[in-house]
Parts: sequence; structure tokens; C-alpha cells
Amino acid sequence: MIANRKKTRWSNALFVAPFLAVYVCLLVYPLLAGMGLSLFKADLFGGGEFVGLENFSRLLRDAVFRQSVANTFYFVLLTVPPLTVVPLFLALLLNRTTRVAAFFRGVFFSSSVLSVTIVTLIWRMILMADGGLVANIRALFGAGAIPFLSDPRLVMISMAIITVWWCLGLPMMLYLSALQQVPKDIYEAAALDNASWFRTLWSITLPSVSRTVILVAIFQCVLQFQLFGQPQLITQGGPNGASRSIVLFIFEIGFRRWDIGYAAAASQILFAIILIATVAQYLVTRQRATLKATKGATS
Amino acid sequence: MSGIAIKNVSKAYGPVSVLEDISLTVEPNECVAFLGPSGCGKSTLLRMIAGLEDVDAGEIHIGDRRVDTLAPGARGVAMVFQHYALYPHMTVADNMAFGLKNIGVDKVEIVRRIDEAARILELSDYLDRKPEELSGGQKQRVAIGRAIVKNPDLFLFDEPLSNLDAALRMRTRLELAQLRRRLKATMILVTHDQVEAMTLADRIVVVNDRRIQQVGTPMDVYARPANIFVAGFVGSPPMNILKTEIGESGGFVVARLGGRAVATRVGASGLPQSTHWRVGLRPETVAVVAPGAGDLDAQVEFVERLGERTLVYTKLADGTPMTAEDAGISKVRMGDTVGLNIDAGTAHIFDGNGTAYHTDATE
Repeated sequence: MIANRKKTRWSNALFVAPFLAVYVCLLVYPLLAGMGLSLFKADLFGGGEFVGLENFSRLLRDAVFRQSVANTFYFVLLTVPPLTVVPLFLALLLNRTTRVAAFFRGVFFSSSVLSVTIVTLIWRMILMADGGLVANIRALFGAGAIPFLSDPRLVMISMAIITVWWCLGLPMMLYLSALQQVPKDIYEAAALDNASWFRTLWSITLPSVSRTVILVAIFQCVLQFQLFGQPQLITQGGPNGASRSIVLFIFEIGFRRWDIGYAAAASQILFAIILIATVAQYLVTRQRATLKATKGATS
Repeated sequence: MSGIAIKNVSKAYGPVSVLEDISLTVEPNECVAFLGPSGCGKSTLLRMIAGLEDVDAGEIHIGDRRVDTLAPGARGVAMVFQHYALYPHMTVADNMAFGLKNIGVDKVEIVRRIDEAARILELSDYLDRKPEELSGGQKQRVAIGRAIVKNPDLFLFDEPLSNLDAALRMRTRLELAQLRRRLKATMILVTHDQVEAMTLADRIVVVNDRRIQQVGTPMDVYARPANIFVAGFVGSPPMNILKTEIGESGGFVVARLGGRAVATRVGASGLPQSTHWRVGLRPETVAVVAPGAGDLDAQVEFVERLGERTLVYTKLADGTPMTAEDAGISKVRMGDTVGLNIDAGTAHIFDGNGTAYHTDATE
């Protein structure tokens, strides 16, 4: 009987086996292999010499790496808040059944389906100091061009604008689906309860979609820490490393200088940063929700 | 307390007309039930009073104020929704306080009103809980509490008991009736459940096919239905309505049923000319007796034993179905032939247009 049960249990595992095999081969193994690789001085041609944590200590002393970490954090700070808030307001505006709303939902989502190559091409034509759209418009008014892509102080802001424009669609759709889950009769109850537009937004809508807000914030955080295509294609990390992100640094070290072990160590640091940021974000929001609930219960 | 006047109100969704030329007056402190089948427009009428639907034509007055042009919150009404519509992220106390905070009621007063409502509704132990932690009956009471604390001119209930199981529905119905007496408020209740309407309301408004079919006290609607729809809709099991030919004897209508003449107490004078007549008999006026001992014989098709009484579904010789009532401990079985004794004194007669005529003695 027991043997039979055990047999049944093992056969059940067959259902998850295909997924598990792919997951282990394509995610768990590379992750562990990357961790292992970060302890070696290795290139792409195999072999390598075990150096322990030397790659990590080199990274901490590497000014270029430190600059790329700072750039990436700056970029995340510039993009995640607008990518969490702006799509919410777009969703609030477009959460209706009119044709105009459907048209604009399509318009705002359309940028998301473009590849990074197209997005960067479009924005280079807009932001170029020499003959770009903005420069031309300013020239009409006799104003000089703004060096969006060649000023170290402006380049990350430009990257952020491009990224926000590119990534708005998906969070907006997530918010729209969350808003459509909110029962209509709650809004009717709020209308009978004399709630103003703002009060309804603050006390009814936002708490109802708070889980989606957390999801979007964490999702965007993970995504934006991995900034690569935009600076790679527009500025190659310049000017003077001002737009070099961690992933771009990893790419340059691994595939231009063939220092795979060093690049793997940088990857582990990026992995740790993303992990810490998302877990911290999750814990803070959960704690806030618990606090609010406790406060509500005691008031 | 304020009364309500609904004057010539109409409503259509695009080309589909939902309500046509509805007029109704509700007295202060009166409880009125809108009763009708699903989709008859009764909920729409309630929502128009609440301000959740626009009025296409006509006017709605609460007390001296015309309200159909006002926002829902400005009408002085409180509504208990069918699915409660509690704010899921707020505690019971916050749910009740929300409307009061929005109109700037003093904090001490808010606490006082919530405590009072919680005491009446036995919710004092649940004030700190979220709706998801409550049972269906408790959620219902919170929804009622949220309405009570506002001290509204008018309470609106949209199918208030439809989400509860049978046992809880009965209990809540009793509680609502007691609450009504305690609150002394004007109330409108929408329901498709006639028991709810009959037990809670002072008057019932039967709605069907875009119009009010009848307005009357529960017993009036039951005993003197205005037309064939009301007769068939109110009462469970429904009234037997059978085709008949009518004659006259001693000033009263005589109806022919299964080849036998049944003397009713409906006055024969003043009946219009009509070629099609029907007679209506409540199942409780048709008793099961031994075969040959009643007015008619019938074949038993189905027996429903309800405990205190037995419903016997029969078919007459000409195939006409007829529901009769027997004692709780009935020996009747499917396939039996039984006699039916008809107490025609309370029979109703319907003309070709469906208009009902009743015995003069019935009150």
C-alpha cells in the first residue's frame, strides 16, 4: 500500500518534469555556473584560474564599475516612480468604454511593442543636437540646441524619458485590468456616501489596486536595473561613462575584453542589488499595509 | 421622515424601454416593496430614486425637494446593496464612518452613531474586522449599519436577502421587520421574493412589463389581484388559472370547469363583454377528497410533501393542470385518482384582457 502510494507520488512529478527540466537547465544551472565563474579568472575560450573573491574586490576598487552602479541607481530612481504613477493616471483616464478611450489605450500601448532598436532610432532623431526634432523646433524660435545625449548631466535624464515613453504600456494595461476588477457597486456606495472625486480615488480606488501598484513597482525595478539597449545603441555608455549601466559594463568586460570571470562577478552584484531592492520594497509595502490595517483596527 | 412622490417617470436604455410613465406616492414612515420578476425594471426604479441612474422623463420628489436632478449623495438616501458593496479594505467601523466623514460630521458624533448602530445590529464585537472576515449575515448587518448611521430620509434596500441561505434569510427577514419598527423610517425594498414583500412591506408595488401592475397592501394584492399577471405572480404555489365559460346564477358568476358548474361569489353585473374567460383558484381553496366525493375528479401527477401541508399537482379529465392542497400527512400518491372539492367563494374571474373580478365579500 505504502509502496504503491510512493509510486503514485513519483509519477505525479512527471507532470511538472518538463517545466522543471527547462527551469533547471536554463535558469538554475546558469545562475549557479555564473556564481562559480565569478570566482575564476577566465575568458571565453575555456579553462580559467581560481581566484576566490579577487574579482569582487577588484570590482569594488574599479571606478568605472562604481560609476556604472551609480548611473544605474540614478536611472532606476528616474524611471521607476514615473513608471509606477503615470500609467495609473492614464489607466484612470482611459478606464471607460468610449471609442476615444479605446483609441488612446491602443496609442499608449503601441510604444511597448516596438523593439529597443526602433525606440532608440526614433528618439535619437528627436533628441540629436545636430538636426534633431527638438533642436529644429528650438531653432525656429531662435534658441540653441540642447545637448540631450552629449551632456553628462542630461544623458541619463534623456535615457529615462525614452524608457518611460517605451515602457508605459504594460503597467497601464495591468492597472486597467486591476481597475476593472473593482466592483462597480463600491463606487455607487461611495457616491451615496458623498465621496468627492479625490476622496473616491484616495479611499476607494487606490486601496483597491494597491497590490497592482506594488507589483508594477517591483516589476519595473527589476526591469530598469537591467538597462542596456538604450545607452548601448544611442551613446555606447558615453559621454565619459555618464550613461554606462551595470549591464553595459558587464557586456563590455565580458564580450569586448573577454574577462568573463570579472563580468560574472559584476553580474552577481547586479543580481544581489535587484534581489535586495525587490525584497526590501516588498517588505516595506507589506509592513505599511499591516500597519495601516492595525491602525484602522484601533482607531 | 419624508414621503416620496414619483411622477410620470420613464427610463429607456437606447431603444429598449425599461419603465414607462411610472407614478407612485410613498407616505412618510411607510415601507413599500417593489415586487416583480427579474428584468421587470424594479431595480432600475430604485436606482433612479437613489440617483445611480438618470431619469429620462418625469420627476422624483423626496419630502418637499425635487431630487432627480441632484447627485446621489445630496438626496438624503441610504442604500443597502444586493451584494452589500462594503469597502473591502476598510474595517466595519470605517465602513460605517466613511459617509459621515465625507459630510464633516463631528468625530465624537460619528463614534456615538456607530456604537448605537452596532448595538442595534449586534455588531459591537466586529467593529475592527474587515468585511472578508465576516459571514454573509454579518456583512448584511454592516451594510444596514452603514445606512442607519446616516439618519437618512429614506432607506433603499436592493434585494437585501437574496444572498443569504434559507435559514439566515428567514432570521434576517424577522430582524429587518423588527428594525423597521424601531427605526420608524420610510423604506423602499426591491425584491422578487413575494414572502419578503408580504412580510416586510406596508404596501406592495407589483411591477412588470415596464409598468406598475398593482399597488396595494400585501393581503389586498394576494386576495384581490388587479390582473392575471399579479394573480399568477403573487402566491406560492401560483394560482390555478383555467379557461372557462361563464354563466349567471342568482346575480353571481357560474364558471364551468371539467363539465361541472362551479358557483363563484363574483358579481355578474357589470362584467364586460368578452369571449375568453378564465377562472382563478388558489391551491388552498382546492381540497383533495375521495374520488367522486368532490366537484371534480383528477389524476395525481406529482406530490410535494412540505410537512405542514401537501401540494398535490393533478390533471383534470380534459388535461388541464390543477394544484390542490391536502393535509400534511396525506396518503395521496402519484397516479392516484382523487376528488377535488373547490371552495369557489374566493374564486377570481379574468376577462380576455386579463383584468380580474373578485368576490365582493373578500377584503
